[in-house]
Amino acid sequence: MSHNAYITETTIEGADDGPLAGRTVAVKDNISTADVRTTCGSAMLDDYVPPYDATVVSRLKDAGATIAGKTNMDEFGMGTTTETSAFGPTENPAAEGRVPGGSSGGSAAAVAAGEADLALGSDTGGSIRCPAAFCGVVGIKPTYGLVSRYGLVAYANSLEQIGPIAPSVEEAAELLEVIAGPDEHDGTTRDAAENGGNYDYAAAADGDVDGLEIGIPTELVDDADEGVTEVFWDAIADLESKGASYHEVELPSVEHAVEAYYVIAMSEASSNLARFDGVRYGNSGGYDGNWNETFAKAREEGFGEEVKRRILLGTYALSAGYHDKYYKKAQDARAWVKQDFDEALSEADVLASPTMPVPPMKLGESLDDPLKMYLADANTVPINLANLPAISVPAGETEDLPVGLQFVGPAFGEQQIIRAASALA
Amino acid sequence: MTAKAVESGDLATVIGLEVHVQLETETKIFCGCSTDVEDDEPNTHTCPVCLGLPGALPVLNEGAVEAAVKIGKAIDADIPEETTFHRKNYYYPDLPKNFQITQYDAPICQDGELEFSVEGQRTSVGIRRAHLEEDPGSLQHKGGSIDTADYTLVDYNRAGTPLMEIVTRPDFRSPDEVRAFLAKLEEVLEYLGVFDATRDGSLRVDANLSIVDAEEVSGDGTIDASVLEDANRTEVKNISSHKGAEKALAYEETRQKNAISRGRAVEQETRHWDESKGITLSMRSKEEEKDYRYFREADLPPLRVSHWKDEIPIPELPDARRERFQSEYGLSDEAASKLTSTKQVADFYEDVAEQFDPDLAATWVADNLLGELNYRDMLLTDVADRFDEVTRLVELVAEEEITAKNARETVLRSMLDDELDPDTIVEQEGLGKTGEDEVAAAVTEAIEENPDAVEDFHAGEDGALNFLVGQVMQKTGGSADPGQVNQLLRDELT
Repeated sequence: MSHNAYITETTIEGADDGPLAGRTVAVKDNISTADVRTTCGSAMLDDYVPPYDATVVSRLKDAGATIAGKTNMDEFGMGTTTETSAFGPTENPAAEGRVPGGSSGGSAAAVAAGEADLALGSDTGGSIRCPAAFCGVVGIKPTYGLVSRYGLVAYANSLEQIGPIAPSVEEAAELLEVIAGPDEHDGTTRDAAENGGNYDYAAAADGDVDGLEIGIPTELVDDADEGVTEVFWDAIADLESKGASYHEVELPSVEHAVEAYYVIAMSEASSNLARFDGVRYGNSGGYDGNWNETFAKAREEGFGEEVKRRILLGTYALSAGYHDKYYKKAQDARAWVKQDFDEALSEADVLASPTMPVPPMKLGESLDDPLKMYLADANTVPINLANLPAISVPAGETEDLPVGLQFVGPAFGEQQIIRAASALA
Repeated sequence: MTAKAVESGDLATVIGLEVHVQLETETKIFCGCSTDVEDDEPNTHTCPVCLGLPGALPVLNEGAVEAAVKIGKAIDADIPEETTFHRKNYYYPDLPKNFQITQYDAPICQDGELEFSVEGQRTSVGIRRAHLEEDPGSLQHKGGSIDTADYTLVDYNRAGTPLMEIVTRPDFRSPDEVRAFLAKLEEVLEYLGVFDATRDGSLRVDANLSIVDAEEVSGDGTIDASVLEDANRTEVKNISSHKGAEKALAYEETRQKNAISRGRAVEQETRHWDESKGITLSMRSKEEEKDYRYFREADLPPLRVSHWKDEIPIPELPDARRERFQSEYGLSDEAASKLTSTKQVADFYEDVAEQFDPDLAATWVADNLLGELNYRDMLLTDVADRFDEVTRLVELVAEEEITAKNARETVLRSMLDDELDPDTIVEQEGLGKTGEDEVAAAVTEAIEENPDAVEDFHAGEDGALNFLVGQVMQKTGGSADPGQVNQLLRDELT
C-alpha cells in the first residue's frame, strides 16, 4: 500500500559508477532538481521546475545514485508531522494510522517502506531526526556548514542543513560522505578537514564505544513520555555494557530554546519566503491592478495556514519596536544555548537524549494545536541553535511505536556520533 | 525660525546626499554574471542567484569589497575589523527576492571626508558612511508612465550589480557645492578605477534639503543637530547627474524659501525630480515611515577586512597628481587641473610629456586636443584607441616637420572629422615644411614682384618686411617657417 511518500516519482539516472552506483535515493522536495518540479509541499510552487540542480543533487549523480523521486514534506518544512503538505499527509510505514514525523516525513517513510534505499532530508529544527525517529530509521543532521545548502529552498537559512536518512548508521554515513564538503556556491560551507574533522564517516560506524563518555542533559529526558524514557535508559544501559559510561549534565538554557528557535526561524522565513509573490512563482491567479493587492492575493491563496502563521509572526518579530524584544532576545538565547552545549561537550564525547519526547502522533490529531506541535521539537531545536551535528538512531519501541535516540557531537565531530549510534543499530 | 530671519530672507540652506554609484567590477556582487550588459537583450545576464531563484545563495565577490576599501582609503574613512551584510525587506517587482542584501550596522566605510573646490575655494564634506549593496533589476513600463502603463516588464540584467551607497553629512550649503562635490567624487572614483561615468545609471543621487535660520550657522559652518531635527526637510529622488543635482536642488531651495517667506510650512515629504520639466513633484505617498525589518544575512559570513586597508594599494589621487604636475613639469595650476581632470587625460599627458617637451605636451593635450574634442562634444575616451596618432602629431610639431598652426588647424581637425592619420593628412594637404630651394625661390620672386615694398623697407618702414614675409608665406602655401623667411628676406635685401 502507498504511504504517499512521494510528491513526484521519477527516475534521474546518475553516473555509471561511483560509491552509490545501483542505489536509489529519495530527495526531499525542497531540494532543487533540474527539470523536475520542486514544490516544497506547497501549492505556491506546484508547477515550479528549477533550471538547476542543488549541489547535493549533483554530488548524488556524480556518485552514481539514481534519484527515485521527490518526497512529501510539511509545506516549506514548517511542521513536525508532514500534515501541512498541500499534497496530503504521508502515513508512517512503521506505525499504521500515525504520522511519519516531519518535516522530512516523505523521505523517512520512503526509506522505512523500502521505496528507496536512501534519502535526503533537511533539518531546520529536527526535520530529519524527528521523522527518522518516528519511522524507525537513521537520520543525521550535520554540523552547520558541512553540507552545501545551494539549491535547498530556504526556510530558516541560519539553522538548516541537508542530511541523510537511511536504514542503518553505516548507510547514512556513506551518503553523508558523498554530500559533505565545501562548495563554492555556498559561502557558509566549511572544510571539516580544516576544522578538526575528516570525511571518513562510514569507517566510523564500527560499534566501538569502549571508553565513550556520554553526557545526558536531564532537561531533555525528564519531560519525555514514560514509554520513551524507558526505551532511552535501556539503550544507555546497552551502551554501558559495551564499555561506555555516562554522567548527567545541565543545560539551563534549553528551557528557552523552543521560543528562541521559533522566533529566529519565523523571522528568517518571513524574509526567505518573500520572493513567492505570484510574479514569477506560483499561481498569480491572473489578478490585475495594484501591485500590492495583487501579490497579497497571490500569497493569500498560494500559502497554507501554518506557513502564513509563521510569516506573520516572523514579520512581527522583526518589526520596529519589537525587534529588540523578540528577535534580538532570541539571538541572545541562541548564543547562550551554544555556550551551554560547548561546555557540556567539553566533558563528554557525545550527549544523548530521546530524539522526540513522544512517540508518533495519530494522523490528524496535531494540526489544531500548533503550540503543542512546536513543543514536540524541544529536544531537536537546541542542536540547530548551536550549529552542532546530531544523529537519530532507532533505540527500541514503546507500545509497538518506534523510539529514536539522539546523539549530539561537537562541531565537525560527525565521526563521534556515528560511532556511538552504530553501537545501537 | 525667527520672524526676523524670514522677513529679511536671512536663511541658510542645508543639504545632505545619498549617492549610489555602480562599482566597476567584472562580475556581479553575489554571482558570476557579467556586469557588462550595455544594450544586451533583457534577462540575458542572469543566473539562479541574481534571479533570486529558490535555493540560490549569494557568494560575495571580493572584487567589490576591494573596490569599496579603495574608496574608503580615498575618502580617509574608518574600515572596520569585520564587515557584515543585512537584509532590507520590502516588496517591489524589481527586487528578485523581495529583499535587498545591503549593509546596516557594520558598513565597510565610516567617517570619511572628501575635499573639493567651489569657485576656487577649497572646502570639504563629511562622509557619514559608505556601504555595499546589490542593485535591483530595472522596470520598463509599457504604454505609459508607472501610473498609466498597460503593463510593466522586468529586466534583471542590472540586478546584482555592486552598488556603493555613500551618505554624506548635511554639510552642503548650496546646490553648486553639491555639483562640485559630485564632480570631484566621480573624478576620484574614476582614478581609483572603480567607476565608469559613461555607463547609464552609474550615478544616482537622493538629496535631503532643508532651510534654517542663517543665524543658526556657526562660525565654522556647522549647525546644531537639534536645529536640523526641527527643520522640515524634503528628500528629492531621481537625480542622475551633477547638473541635474544642481538644478533640482536650486529649484527645491527656491520652492522652500518661497513657501517660508509666504508664511507656509514646508511639508516633510519625498519629492521626485522631473528632469524634462525642471521641477520637483510631491510623490504624494501617504505611507508612514518604512519599516525595512533589517536583520543579519546569514548566508554571508562576516568578512574580516581590517588588514585589507594596508594590503590594497590605491593609485595617486587627482589632488596629489595635480600638485606633482606643477612641481615636476612646471605647469600652471590651471593647466595641471585640466590635465588631471580624469585619470585617462593625466596618463596620456604623462606619456606625451615623457617623449617631448612637457610644455609642448601640455599645450597639445590640455588646449588643442581637449579643446577640439570639447567643441565636438567628444571625450578623450572616444579617441583612446588613437593615442598613437595624436602622439605622432605632437612628434611632427616637435621635430618641426610641420608648423604648429597647420598641425592644430588642419591636421588635428581632419583627424577628428575625417578619421585620417596625421601622416596621410600632411601628405594630402602638402603641409610638410617646404624645402629650402623652394623658399629661396619664393623670396626672390616676392622681392622682384614688389619693388615698392622693397623701397619702403630700405626707407626703414617696419611693416614692409612683414608684408614681404606674408607674400612668401602665401607662395609656399603657409608651409614655410615664418622666422626663416624673415631671415632670408633680410639677407637678400641688405
